[in-house]
Parts: sequence; structure tokens; C-alpha cells
Amino acid sequence: MERSLMKGNEALAEAAIRAGCAHYFGYPITPQNEITAYMSKRLPKVGGVFIQAESEIGAINMVYGCAATGTRCMTSSSSPGISLKTEGISYLAGADLPCVIVNVQRGGPGLGSIQPSQADYWQATRALGHGDLRIPVFAPSTVQEMADMTGKAFDLADEYRTPVMILADGLLGQMMEPVSFPEEKAPAARGEKAWAANGHGNARPKNIVNSLYLQPEKLEQNIKERFVRYGEIEKKYADAVSDNADGADIIVAAYGSTARIARSAADMARAAGIKTGTFRPLTLYPFPEKALREACASAKKVLVTEMSMGQMVDDVKLALECKLPVEFFGRTGGFVPAPSEIFEKIKSMTEV
Amino acid sequence: MTREFLIAGFGGQGILFVGKLLSYIGLIDGKEVSWLPSYGPAMRGGTCNCSVCISGSPIGSPLVVNPDILIVMNTPSYDKFIGAVKKGGKAFVDSSLVDKRSENPDIECHYIPATNLAHDNEIKGMANIILLGKLIKETGLAGLETVRKAVEKSVSAGKAGLIEANMRAIEIGAAN
Repeated sequence: MERSLMKGNEALAEAAIRAGCAHYFGYPITPQNEITAYMSKRLPKVGGVFIQAESEIGAINMVYGCAATGTRCMTSSSSPGISLKTEGISYLAGADLPCVIVNVQRGGPGLGSIQPSQADYWQATRALGHGDLRIPVFAPSTVQEMADMTGKAFDLADEYRTPVMILADGLLGQMMEPVSFPEEKAPAARGEKAWAANGHGNARPKNIVNSLYLQPEKLEQNIKERFVRYGEIEKKYADAVSDNADGADIIVAAYGSTARIARSAADMARAAGIKTGTFRPLTLYPFPEKALREACASAKKVLVTEMSMGQMVDDVKLALECKLPVEFFGRTGGFVPAPSEIFEKIKSMTEV
Repeated sequence: MTREFLIAGFGGQGILFVGKLLSYIGLIDGKEVSWLPSYGPAMRGGTCNCSVCISGSPIGSPLVVNPDILIVMNTPSYDKFIGAVKKGGKAFVDSSLVDKRSENPDIECHYIPATNLAHDNEIKGMANIILLGKLIKETGLAGLETVRKAVEKSVSAGKAGLIEANMRAIEIGAAN
């Protein structure tokens, strides 16, 4: 397959179109503008619709309406914009509507900075909206994965009727790497989904898309059914990769772009004689707990590294049930850690 | 082995474009490559830099901190990065814009009056490519055929008329 050089943002947008995403609604914000720009150029040419909404809130509610028709659709933003979308994401989850939401993270809180960050892990995995809900989250680490995981995200969204998030960051969005794409899928025809609220000429009972249940019995039942589906997603989709974990004394756990830097640091540590492996979750919810425990089978210590003050470190500790010491190293505020900084931390962990 | 490049200067000097050309040279050679720009206000005339990695294996950190090869096109970038070049590394400096000289014996510095050369040869705005031409000659990074293919890939469709000018800039750089 031919490899072309593309920015992560552009590769993600192209992959979405190839996955049959016919409609995109967005509002500009750095560092994800290439997604919006790419969609505005390409979607009209493939029979899709691009709308620049009046705000992030407008965009997510357009996604709500579009997803209700059973059409594959997407929105993207960066950290502050995702905060604005959370009300809509909660409604989408409550109405069981499939869609893909992309967060190309930048520094926070508030307007923060426009530089890369991973400070939205807690938001993505715990709090993408009010209510009893989970949102599956994919964490790409290369431009190729920005493309591949987008296709997977649309499939998961349709399979379980849920919003799905891709959690990237400014570094992945802005960098170029070689990427190749799968064959294009035709967008699903409108009305293909039995639950979709489309015109049907009174040929069937009407479908209703709604998240309001005034009777507690109905709402509890509805949520419990949804959590059964979350359980299935946890079994089927939790995914991770580990390298050099067999016999390692130290496992470095990181996701997204930080995982690449952690791999460089682990290479330096092995060259210095420290048995070091790496663990990289591909999904953040569901968190690949079993894979982490397997990767840590021989480890004496675990290091978690993130572009934040430490968020995924909570999930690592939960998965390991406090059976191993877990340390943390992070940079925040828009700084990308250097491999040497992580290497120094690994070295310090071998000193008693 | 991973070769790490850092290209730095002002926004508008074609810093990111040189990075893109280097990346395509790697891609055409069948290597793994990564290209990472500094982004933000740089595009509006501030300082701008670009990290490129070319490797035989998957690339870890795409952010170049200690380059094997540095191209600098202004004094602030020279001051910031000349000390970061690895031992045994090479630096290519636009001496029309930077009048400082490195006294570090561990690195090989080439001073090319690229901006003046571009002006004299009536290819204004191609000082960046002249520096790349010198880099290619001194590092043996790629043959002219590969460079031409990379130029064809990097120049946008609307600017195809500039392919020959780019190739001339490469030749001028190699000859100086």
C-alpha cells in the first residue's frame, strides 16, 4: 500500500471519510484545525456535508441530530472546546447515539496553552458529561494509528450505539509521518439502522430519540442495560501493547505521544543495563487491566509517565491493586518530556 | 540508526518546507520518518523550528533535542541550538544572516551566505533550499534523483513551476 506523508490531524480526517463519515460539525481551535480544514475541503466532494457551527455547543448538538438519523458523523475539538461539548456528549450517551468525538489535547485548565498536553485523561475516561455513563476512548500514538483507530471508533460506535472518543494531543495532530489507508467504505445508507429517526411514510411505528425518563424504574432499567453493553465493550475492546516486558525489572507505562518518548527512554535504560520494558494502552476506557498485570509479571517497580501532573497513574494503581510500587514522572503546561528526563527517572528508581 | 535533524529560523523562511523535503527524501528511501513543527505564533514571523527524524526502525520521540544535523537561518536560533548539536554532528549556517562562528571543535560547521546567494541568483526566498543542497552534499544523504522526486512531492500542485528553481537552489548549495 502506498505510504504518503500526512499530519496526524489530516490522516484522522481522511480515515473518517473512508470509514463512511458523511457529516462533520466543528468549530476552529488550535491544535486541531487541520481536521476542520480537511473536512471542509473534502466532504463536499464526496457527497457529504461540512458545517462550521456557531460554537462547540452548536457543533455537538448538530452531531446529536445527525446521529439520530443513523448517519455516521463526527466532531472534533481541543481541550477547552471539549469541555463545552460535554453537555451534548451526555445527551448522546443517554439517547444511545453513535458518533465519534476527537480531542486533540492542549494545555489546561482554562484556555491553558496551545501546546501538547495529556491533562484531559480524567475528563475523557471519567467525566465526559453528567450522569452514569462511560465513553470508549482510543489513544493513538502514531499518525498511522490516528487513521486506523478512527475507523475502529466508528465501528465500535455503531456496534454499541455509543459516542466514542479519540484522545490525541497537539504533538500527534501536528506531526507528519508516513500513513497508508484502507479501502474506502461507502457511507451507510440513511435508514439502514432500525432505530434511526427518519422519514418512513408511516410504513412502520415511529422511532423516538430521547434521553428523558421521568419514571425512576424506566431510567434505572435503561442505565443498567447500557452498563451491560459497557461490560461487553470492556471484554472485547480493552487493548494494549507491551515491549521488552518479559524479565523486565521496571515497566514504563504511557499512552499516546508520551509512549513514544517512553520507548526512547526505555531503549536508553536497556543500553545502560537496566532491564526496562514498556506498556502502552491503546484504549483508555476500557483500561487494559489484564494486559497491564501480564506485562508487569516480573516487574519490581512501575513508572507512569504523562504530559500532566498524573492522571492515568490512578488507573495503573487500580489495575495493579497496590501490589507493586508505582512512581510517576510528568511534564505539564505544554512541555513534551525529553527521553533523557524519563531515563533519569528510571535510573533513580534503581537506586535503593 | 536514527538521524535527527533540526531546522530553525524565522517563520516565512521555509523552515517547515525544508523539513518536509528531508522527510520525503527519507520516505522515498523506504525509511521511517517523522516531521514535527513548532506551531503557534511562529507562523506570524516569530522564531520557528522543525524536527525531522529519519530511521531504519520505528521512531520514538519525534521531538529533536540534540540534533545530528542542524540548519539555522537566524541569530536567535543559532544562539539557542548551536550548543545542542551532538558530538560529531554538523551545522549549516546561513552566514548572510548570522555573523557568529562556533569554536566547538566537536562539530563540523558550514557557513553558507545562502540568503545572498539566493538574491544574486534571482531565486529569492530559496536560501533554505541552498542550505539543504549543501547539507545533501556534505552528508551524502541522497542522490539527485531522490532529491528531485522529493522536491516534486513537496511542492504543492499550484507551484509546480518552482520545481526547477528548487533544483537550481540545490545545485548552488552543493557548489558553495
